[in-house]
Amino acid sequence: MLKTLRRICAVGIVTEPAPEPDALLRVRDSLDARIRAVLGRALCIRHVDAGSCNGCELEIQALHNPFYNLEGLGIRFVASPRHADLLLVTGPVAANMEGALRRVYEATPDPKLVVALGDCGCTGGVFGELGASRGRVSNIIPVDVAVPGCPPSPIRIMQGILTAIGVPER
Amino acid sequence: MPLRKWWDRARDIAGAPRVRGLAVTHDPWQQAAADIAAGGGRLLAMWASPADPPAVYAAFLADRGVLVLELPLPAARAADTAGAADTARAADTAGAADTAGAAGAAGAAGADYAGLQGLYPAASRMQRAIFDVWGIRASDHDQRPWLRHAAQGYEFVRVAGDGVHEIAVGPVHAGTIEPGHFRFSVVGEKVLRLEERFGYTHKGIERRFTQLPILEGHRLAARIAGDSTIAYSWAYCQALEGMSGCRVPPRAAMLRALMLELERIANHLGDVGALANDAGFAFGLSQFSRLKEELLRAVAQLFGQRYLLDALVPGGVRVDVSATPARALATRIAAVRREASGLRALYEDHAGVRDRFTGAGILAPELAGRLGVLGLVGRASGQALDARVDLPCAPYDAFVPVKCVRQQGDVAARVALRFDELEQSCRLADALLGSLPAGAHVGTVQPPLPGSFGIGLIEGWRGPVFVALEAASGGTIRHCHPHDPSWQNWPALEHAILGNIVADFPLINKSFSLAYSAVDL
Repeated sequence: MLKTLRRICAVGIVTEPAPEPDALLRVRDSLDARIRAVLGRALCIRHVDAGSCNGCELEIQALHNPFYNLEGLGIRFVASPRHADLLLVTGPVAANMEGALRRVYEATPDPKLVVALGDCGCTGGVFGELGASRGRVSNIIPVDVAVPGCPPSPIRIMQGILTAIGVPER
Repeated sequence: MPLRKWWDRARDIAGAPRVRGLAVTHDPWQQAAADIAAGGGRLLAMWASPADPPAVYAAFLADRGVLVLELPLPAARAADTAGAADTARAADTAGAADTAGAAGAAGAAGADYAGLQGLYPAASRMQRAIFDVWGIRASDHDQRPWLRHAAQGYEFVRVAGDGVHEIAVGPVHAGTIEPGHFRFSVVGEKVLRLEERFGYTHKGIERRFTQLPILEGHRLAARIAGDSTIAYSWAYCQALEGMSGCRVPPRAAMLRALMLELERIANHLGDVGALANDAGFAFGLSQFSRLKEELLRAVAQLFGQRYLLDALVPGGVRVDVSATPARALATRIAAVRREASGLRALYEDHAGVRDRFTGAGILAPELAGRLGVLGLVGRASGQALDARVDLPCAPYDAFVPVKCVRQQGDVAARVALRFDELEQSCRLADALLGSLPAGAHVGTVQPPLPGSFGIGLIEGWRGPVFVALEAASGGTIRHCHPHDPSWQNWPALEHAILGNIVADFPLINKSFSLAYSAVDL
């Protein structure tokens, strides 16, 4: 135990300041200012992989590393859509995930936000919108913010989330 | 020796070293498969090409190398099978309840080829997927759809008995993870049976390849599994370069190997952190996720990207590297190696972690051999296979990795193996960085002749990634089959979980850390 504590002290705190939101990522504005003020202090996110290659998932997982420390901003990931304020959706929507994605969206109580993540989530990416790939997330559910990238960096993902909840730009 | 007979009759295939292929008819198909199994060979991949006429392929990993069998199907069958696939798909889209009727009509025509499930258990899902995509049917018993989820009424195997109940998990899971379905039969907390069902991220990748120019296919290959982007894009390029007779410059080969080892290191760092977290030791996740982040930032400084999804191109690598960030990366790798070693000692000292890891999710070596398990999971259960060592391509013939193998087959063994491989990959990456020769970072590649065929085989961090590529005219792709070792390894998880408690499933599943989207294709 002592060795573990010593290691923790030696490494110290490496968390960096959060990035600014980016209005260019916004697709639509669906919540009023009072609701956004509440969500900006404590936000629950449910992640859904609708067909991604797992690249975006790696950068979402990075948000919990000590450098980005998403939980330090009052933002945490939850296991059930019924506990969520925001859906973070990756991948082009695979046909076999369309039903599950719709059910997750319907199970998420209002007010809710949707962030589509990655080139695939924004446009269908290299998989396009043919055959078993239904394409961009907004083909299936309404999207508030779309964050391009392949994969988008953790900073970019944070910007997308902060833009969705309308954190005022400094 | 029976295998030698088949090997000697086969001809060389372009691409990865020591790959040969042989076209066979129905009886030799079965005989060869049996001879290879008797000789200890394993099924590496199985796929179908709808080309005119259609054919089924099976690739086997044997001591001498990789043997690919091609079984052309009768031309008359081609019309039937295309019709069966279309009928099945039309029924799916219409949401018709009578998919059974459509399948029955195709089934009435009989099987198109002899299935290999009896000799190679892993063939079962591959054969079901072949039918779902191409309508070509194997003779084996399990005909349930694997990828066609719209087909009604998927039947899981039921377990009967006092107090047995079912837990259905997924496709959407609690954490940030890919979608898949796990059906547990449990008594109390103990797992009696686990059945997996995948296909949720099926995007029609094989069909998508045929829509891309052959010189652009590497971009799709790189996105089959984002965490294995180097392994896949390299395997694709290796097949293509062999087919077009392109010689990859030595500097490019070294940079590719460096990227592959960095990919291995990054994934292992992530996994050992996550595994500690699953055992309640969040400190491990904190420290290893920090190390991984520091590594990714050094990678981004050198290559311009954190994850190298566009780093490989046919003929070499897209961007060359310069000396200063290369030195910074070497320093970072040395730091990762040092810190990982110190953290390993902390893991091994920690009684709680040891208690959770040891004896959980055991996959016995004998079973791993019978199931044909490959890659990392295989090596932790005594299956000493590593394509970098067994079938080396440049530069692994000169920079020989040490093969890491363990026998216990539990979570502790899979964690220890990751630490062993981390150490070896840091050593390799350091050697590669320190020996980069001068010269070009990319060679020129012409589109290969129509009808030419190539195979790529690269040991990704999970195991051997296999790509079969066939060229059509006009610089297009007739067919491409990318194959992940997770096809072979997923069924082994169903065995490793038996007798463990449900609450240990996340830990055991994470210790396997298999691909979902790469097998869904």
